[in-house]
Amino acid sequence: MSNWKTICDLTDIPVLGSRIVRAASGDIAVFRNAEDEVFAVHDKCPHKGGPLSQGIVHGKSVTCPLHSWKIGLDTGEAQAPDIGCTKKFDVKVENGVVLLNVM
Amino acid sequence: MEKLKLVMIGNGMAGCRTLEELLKHAPDMYEITVFGAEPHPNYNRIMLSPVLAGEMGVRDIILNSLEWYAEHNINLHLGKKIERIDRINRTVIASDGTTAQYDRLLLATGSSPFILPVPGKDLPGVIGYRDIADTNMMIEAARLYKHAVVIGAGLLGLEAANGMLLRGMDVTVVHIGEWIMERQLDKAAADMLMQSLEQKGIKFKLNASTTELVKGESGRVCALKLKSGEALPADIVVMAAGIRPNAELAKNAGIHTNRGVVVNDTMQTFDPRIYAIGECAEHRGIAYGLVAPLFEQAKVCANHLAMHGIGRYQGSVTSTKLKVTGIDVFSAGEFMGGDDTEEIVLHDPSGGVYKKLVLKDDKLIGAVMYGDTSDGGWYFQLLKDQQSIGDMRDSLMFGEMAHASRVGDVGHAGNNKAAMMADTAEVCGCNGVCKGTIVKAIKEQGLFTLDEVKKHTKAASSCGSCTGLVEQILASTLGGAYQQANPSDKPICGCTDHNHGTVRKAIVDKHLLTIPDVMKELAWKTPNGCATCRPALNYYLISSWPHEAIDDPQSRYINERHHANIQKDGTYSVVPRMLGGVTTPNELRAIADVADKYKVPTVKVTGGQRIDLLGLKKEDLPKIWEDLSKAGMVSGHAYGKSIRTVKTCVGSEHCRFGTQKSMSMGVKLETMLFGMYSPHKVKLAVSGCPRNCAEAGIKDVGVIGVDSGYEIYVAGNGGIKTEVAEFLVKVSSDEEVMEYSAAFLQLYREEGYYLERTCHYVARVGLDYVKKIILDDAERRKELYERMIYSLQGFEDPWLQAVKDPEIRKRYEILAV
Repeated sequence: MSNWKTICDLTDIPVLGSRIVRAASGDIAVFRNAEDEVFAVHDKCPHKGGPLSQGIVHGKSVTCPLHSWKIGLDTGEAQAPDIGCTKKFDVKVENGVVLLNVM
Repeated sequence: MEKLKLVMIGNGMAGCRTLEELLKHAPDMYEITVFGAEPHPNYNRIMLSPVLAGEMGVRDIILNSLEWYAEHNINLHLGKKIERIDRINRTVIASDGTTAQYDRLLLATGSSPFILPVPGKDLPGVIGYRDIADTNMMIEAARLYKHAVVIGAGLLGLEAANGMLLRGMDVTVVHIGEWIMERQLDKAAADMLMQSLEQKGIKFKLNASTTELVKGESGRVCALKLKSGEALPADIVVMAAGIRPNAELAKNAGIHTNRGVVVNDTMQTFDPRIYAIGECAEHRGIAYGLVAPLFEQAKVCANHLAMHGIGRYQGSVTSTKLKVTGIDVFSAGEFMGGDDTEEIVLHDPSGGVYKKLVLKDDKLIGAVMYGDTSDGGWYFQLLKDQQSIGDMRDSLMFGEMAHASRVGDVGHAGNNKAAMMADTAEVCGCNGVCKGTIVKAIKEQGLFTLDEVKKHTKAASSCGSCTGLVEQILASTLGGAYQQANPSDKPICGCTDHNHGTVRKAIVDKHLLTIPDVMKELAWKTPNGCATCRPALNYYLISSWPHEAIDDPQSRYINERHHANIQKDGTYSVVPRMLGGVTTPNELRAIADVADKYKVPTVKVTGGQRIDLLGLKKEDLPKIWEDLSKAGMVSGHAYGKSIRTVKTCVGSEHCRFGTQKSMSMGVKLETMLFGMYSPHKVKLAVSGCPRNCAEAGIKDVGVIGVDSGYEIYVAGNGGIKTEVAEFLVKVSSDEEVMEYSAAFLQLYREEGYYLERTCHYVARVGLDYVKKIILDDAERRKELYERMIYSLQGFEDPWLQAVKDPEIRKRYEILAV
């Protein structure tokens, strides 16, 4: 099932930064990395619920601001040796516009 | 592009560590083939003694499982010994005819026990002590026979003797030297050790050389003859009289060898395609037989194989610890001493304690300990750092604990006897990790470094105050295998091999202005760093090149990026600045109005004499700042690695004891320093008299008013480990207070490593150094002061910026779907 929604322009997200999208199911963090790739995950760290959107973005990962868990943005999986997973959402850029599949 | 071919001969600890490091740097660069003569995957050779003693099983000591090799696509040939290296065709040939081609070859062939050239040396029952097969042979012999003789009373020999004794054998150790372990111990310590081993039941023959091994009726060895004519019954003879690097293979291939395969500082042999590492290698005339140096070599070698071309191995200082349960022996450095050295000795024969420290020019150069070795790691660190011990001479002998009360960041609540702690004792108070968990992780996961323990257990990964304790646990669990890293040499993080000092120097020398420039110049290993290095780089850039380097918000920790403190539930707290803790009815009214308007759940007075509004939503922050700005209030930077507060007492304006106007002095200092970013947070205080109600004695800069002026104290800390500030200087005017304080803080800003508080910075460089610059050199002091003023010029309140700039304001808005 897909439910693509327009979120914002790509340029509205800072490079190596994020924006928060408020959805019915909870906040979704939409990230942009140095290669202009975008990723979207549930804005809650699997560890203690920290807002991942506020972490430092590097490569294809974000470091949670609360206790420095590293979460893979393309998988939602915590990097070893931590174990955990946060929900991942489909997101794409078309003509400079960011679209999010809000399921 | 086709991958390069890397072949490794030898499948032991040094080689596999190199592969692990290499796979971290360049996982896809090489197609890797490994030949191991033993039928086992890589195991922890130094743990063979506990296996022999029956304290561990063979499975417990495997470091890399077969799955590990498969997972990394390593072509593993077990039980195949390489016979020949054909350098012309770049091929290695194994005894069973298997061949492999290489672009790079890594020799990690280790060493062999030195077998005495005496008649009978080849009899069944005569072995060295090197691998799992030897260990099994001893275990088997203990089951069937009675008499064991060990030749050589070195580390390995004694561990072998102890193991066979525990398995029920009658053991005699034959040693050619005057005392046992003469390469590690002096006579006094050795005598005590020998005595306690004798009490356990091991017999010793000193000054004894072996002339012949006698063949028994079964064809197996049955006795050992000494030069004195005496014959000892022996069903098994273990030769532990030293090791020989396995350099034959290289020698036959025409590579330069001496005792071992000669290598340079990047671990390359005379054929630059061929590297040698570990016990088979000889570096600057030394072939190491202990595991710690091998790990340092592995790091350098992997670096070079990954073509980073940085990192040199420059030799190691080693220490030894005997793994015989119940007996503690430690030695390091030049423990014998000489004509130009001094010794501090504590010798209590009936108490079973002996300690000798060897000093030269106020530096520790060697140590031997018997009985109580809990401070071994600490002495070893002092020795390697070549730190001057002049000011701790009187307490040096009594160990780290006695010293801990005087220097910061060494233990946790004075509890630093790691070896004596119970398994259930809590080590890391932040993450609730107890000793048993750490020891278990070290043993089961095969951890060797502090970083690995941090990653796997989370211990020491938050506030870091238990780092010293965790290092001690590592040292006591691993024994000689543990190599404590020198903190100022440590790379910033896994993204680079450079330490803080080199990175800052490059930024200054090469006039680097952006994070990508630094990463390019210094060959960063990751595309855009990580949450550890980026904030550090950002700080070094903006502090080295004020008004030139542009602050990168995405490389700031969340609190600094959003100019508020994130709380555990993801809400924020906001603290407006109150200069010197002095406020007005108008400011208080504005704060009260904000608290009402935004339904602030908690309003609290902070330790820094101001008011904290807690529980705010991110999207409300700019609106709150707008309201506070209207009342003339600015950010208190309660969130930053920056100037926090200047705490004051009321001083002579009101107090009947006050000698100076501490409030106005505090306001002047805080106004001057507004907007100062620093390696870590900076707190000041000004007290109006020596009663010191503003608690200036535990601040980064503490000012205490006296009748004739002010006393300035620096490098205090009221946090994790309380540090009393040290007296810097006495001055007479407000202007001097500002100049000296600013000069000290600017020096710290220019030289302190990121996340290093002033107390740690001063402990690192020494107060004398700071005094020399700030007190003795008026010109430098003025320059530092001026650089501080210059870098803070035109600093704009970040709250007001966010209020005015719609681009910034947008970052706080939530998007809707």
